[in-house]
Amino acid sequence: MTEHGQAMDSEPAEGVSRRRFLTMAWTTLGAVATVEVGGVLLAYLQPRLAEGEFGGLVAAGLVDDFPPGSVTHIINGRFYVTRFPDGGFLALYQKCTHLGCAVPWDQTAGKFICPCHNSEFDDSGNVLNPPAPRPLDLFALSITDGQVMVDTGKPIARDAFDPGQVVYP
Amino acid sequence: MHKIFMRLAYILGENPPDRAPRRSRCSNVPLMSDDRPLERMKERLSPPPLPTDDRGRARLVLDTLILHLHPARIPKRTLRWTYTWGLGGLAGMLIGILVTTGIFLEVRYTPTAPDAYLDILNLRSDVWFGDLLRNIHHWSANLLIVVAVLHLLRVFFTGAHRPPREVNWLFGVAMLLLVLAANFTGYLLPWDQLAFWAITVGTSLVSYLPLIGEPLGRLLLGGPEVGPTTLLNFYTLHISFIPLALFGLMSLHFWRVRKDGGLSLPRRAGEALEGTPERVTTIPHLVRREGIYALVWLAAIVLFSIFVSAPLEGIADPGLSPNPAKAPWYFLGIQELLLHFHPFVAAVVIPGLAVTGLVLLPFTDVDTSSVGIWFRSARGRSIALFSAGLSLLLTSAWVAADEFVIRWTDWLPNWPSILSNGVVPLAAVGLVLLALDTWVRDRLDGNAEERVLFLFVFLFVALLVLTAVGIWFRGPGMELFWPWAMPAAT
Ligand code: HEM
Ligand code: FES
Repeated sequence: MTEHGQAMDSEPAEGVSRRRFLTMAWTTLGAVATVEVGGVLLAYLQPRLAEGEFGGLVAAGLVDDFPPGSVTHIINGRFYVTRFPDGGFLALYQKCTHLGCAVPWDQTAGKFICPCHNSEFDDSGNVLNPPAPRPLDLFALSITDGQVMVDTGKPIARDAFDPGQVVYP
Repeated sequence: MHKIFMRLAYILGENPPDRAPRRSRCSNVPLMSDDRPLERMKERLSPPPLPTDDRGRARLVLDTLILHLHPARIPKRTLRWTYTWGLGGLAGMLIGILVTTGIFLEVRYTPTAPDAYLDILNLRSDVWFGDLLRNIHHWSANLLIVVAVLHLLRVFFTGAHRPPREVNWLFGVAMLLLVLAANFTGYLLPWDQLAFWAITVGTSLVSYLPLIGEPLGRLLLGGPEVGPTTLLNFYTLHISFIPLALFGLMSLHFWRVRKDGGLSLPRRAGEALEGTPERVTTIPHLVRREGIYALVWLAAIVLFSIFVSAPLEGIADPGLSPNPAKAPWYFLGIQELLLHFHPFVAAVVIPGLAVTGLVLLPFTDVDTSSVGIWFRSARGRSIALFSAGLSLLLTSAWVAADEFVIRWTDWLPNWPSILSNGVVPLAAVGLVLLALDTWVRDRLDGNAEERVLFLFVFLFVALLVLTAVGIWFRGPGMELFWPWAMPAAT
């Protein structure tokens, strides 16, 4: 290496020497390979989603199962379905936005109260009491043939409740 | 004893001087006996005849396995109990116990959702000594955190992190983080309520990292929350990646101790070091001590594990959080910070600064003239003690004040909470630290190393206070209670 290297190390007047070119080529190929392998592994590690249970598309029930002005816990889907008095629907992920505890709905108080650090949320998920930094996350809710379907694959974070989030049958 | 070591060393490839040329492993020189494999095996595994003269014995002993780890002779003064307290060795032994018991636990454990919990129940009731093995693993793991931190403290307080040992300090910091990661990933495996919610709360901290927090959390958990994939992920990390990395780093760590010229030499304040310190042979002086120390600790751990069981609660229920829900005890300092700062500051900025500080420490605190002296000097000892007392007082007072008096978010109503509840209180704490440091410099006439000592002790005791508050003083709703008046968790 050294004997050869020294002989060829002299830089040509312009352009790159063979050695520099090879080093650059190897470095580039190495970087590309690293990115590729990293990408493959990242893709491999992505969570898989299952239909019909938490993590997939969950059938919450028929529209008429949810009386207006109610909050219903869909236990195996890990979410609440709020039906507002005007008939609109909202699916709220049960996970507290503070540190992830499961938030129970307190029927008498008419709000969610987190057992862990006392965050409170109203029936649309808005924060009534910190330390929770943002409202409860939403799940995408759709209504097909009178069935309320909730996609539990991806929680939707939001800064505040806004009427545009409500789904009407 | 020596005989056993020699046999072991022999099997593992050491070549005792008298027979070395005949049995060199590296060459293809055939063995003495004929080609029958059993004969060969017997020949290969049988120990050489014991040398009968003193010189031969000494040579043989030098060549044994122990001396891969230790030098043949060590300065007599490094044998003082009160220098290392045997903490590094104890940490190494605990890792050994954890690997051994861990392998046994693995064969009776399934990392899937309800089975994991049932397996632990089974371990407790149906497997011979299953409970004992689990307890030994559990208590050793917790002890390891304590011991590694104490070891770090002894290294810092004796100045052993200073040149030329900076790199070994860095290996140490990396190992400490890995030990925490090992404990954390192991915490989930029993799949009981305690495990499930501690990991839920602990991993939620990740989501406060800017930009990468959310995707990183999903990757770690294998979904939006702790579930079966999380269990498998954590199990894999716990039994493969983390132990492997720890083992590699441990080898480097031990190697560096020798590379850096052995342990730093202990001495009393004001005591000068003689030119060449008196040396004694490692065998038996050091090895005997290590053996006794290890056996005493092993006995203590086994006894403790016979009588005190590792906790186990009901099976994990993703719909029902216990109140209070606490992270594992070694993260309760951070969880306590969360009650005082915006999550980004508490879970990202402050721990980040702490680790950065540990990494930079051996490159800022470099005066080698006091290496080997506990607390640098008699003055240093007083400063450390004073700092500890002050921190105990100030930190406790601050926790109480923040609970009952300070209301940053009310005082700065229109500020975003990252400022009012994050940057502003952090800056306030920073100012207090700066004032204290200036005071040590001007009033106590502290030099650079005394100022570092003061700050280090102050911050470490603050962490201890926060952790203690998290463990013993926080009850339902994370409110403050006296430990003796603690309401039951629900
Ligand atoms: C986690 C597992 C660890 C193990 C198994 C371990 C093991 C050891 C052992 C056996 C020694 C020999 C002397 C003694 O016992 O004190 C040693 C020395 C040392 N360790 Fe560690 N250690 C660990 C963690 C750490 C940490 C967290 C730090 C600091 C951040 C650290 C920094 C050092 C330094 C600088 C020395 C040289 C001390 C001197 O020369 O006086 N180690 N370690
Ligand atoms: S997790 Fe709900 S308030 Fe902390």
